[in-house]
Amino acid sequence: MIALTELDRKIISELQKELAITAKPYAKIAAHLAISESELLARITTMLESGVIRKIGAVLRHRLVGYSANALCVWKVPEDKIIKIGEMFAALPVVTHCYERVTHAVWPYNLYTMVHATTREECQNHITSMCRMSKINEYQVFYSTQELKKISMRYFD
Amino acid sequence: MGAKTLLELDEFDRQVLHALQYDFAVTERPYLEIAAKFETTEEAVLARAERLYTKGLIRRLGASINSRQVGYVSTLVALKVTENSIPNVAKVVNGFTGVTHNYLRDGEYNMWFTAIAPNEESLNTILHTVAAIPGVAAVMSLPAKQVFKVSVTFPLVAG
Repeated sequence: MIALTELDRKIISELQKELAITAKPYAKIAAHLAISESELLARITTMLESGVIRKIGAVLRHRLVGYSANALCVWKVPEDKIIKIGEMFAALPVVTHCYERVTHAVWPYNLYTMVHATTREECQNHITSMCRMSKINEYQVFYSTQELKKISMRYFD
Repeated sequence: MGAKTLLELDEFDRQVLHALQYDFAVTERPYLEIAAKFETTEEAVLARAERLYTKGLIRRLGASINSRQVGYVSTLVALKVTENSIPNVAKVVNGFTGVTHNYLRDGEYNMWFTAIAPNEESLNTILHTVAAIPGVAAVMSLPAKQVFKVSVTFPLVAG
């Protein structure tokens, strides 16, 4: 966890609201926070470098742009291979999320990947190739059938 | 990975959507930089971005924050929900501001949501409340131990 100043928190709070589609979007935020635009840009750059801010930019409605097959694929990976395989899967462009998660007695899967494609067939091909490259054969695939909620978290509001 | 679009997207639409995801600069004129890349004007990029936003292709334009780095805690929760209770359970689950994603998935565990909270206590409150909703047959919390990748970008142009 990184120590944030009061100003950093205010900046994060502002950046979570919609960035106006205008020639100078940051100038508007700087004016609102009563700081100079260069100070704002410097703070944002620092927070991007430290990893507090993952990215700035557009988040698409991926189903609308054509990615309609979205699978949660969970894998049972031996403990000593988790880093190697986690990094292997993370390197694939079709994988947007890759996490190691806790297991439960009834649930032995420890590596979670979100795989996106335009069709289920294409998605399944990606999963088959992940299976081949990792030599992990114990896995389950859960396609999303309905999006019930998707928002961005608002921090420091 | 070519995206087969449901809506008709032309070349410039794709270029702008791609650039807004991958190349939105932290500089005074981010749209000017995108324009330079595609040898067009800042006005043209702004107009197209506005149109794509209005069409609903852009969910939001802003910052993605690393919840852990700002001291928040999170988990992925899998629920077994009886079929006829799904609408009501979804309503209660979605009612929490810390629930950011909620999907129905095929499988034994049929509802999957992510929850983010400022501390463990508030996260537990969400979990306990959800466990008590009629129709919720099982709750499994699956917090992350290690993050290998979080990317919310979808390539729209090759390369």
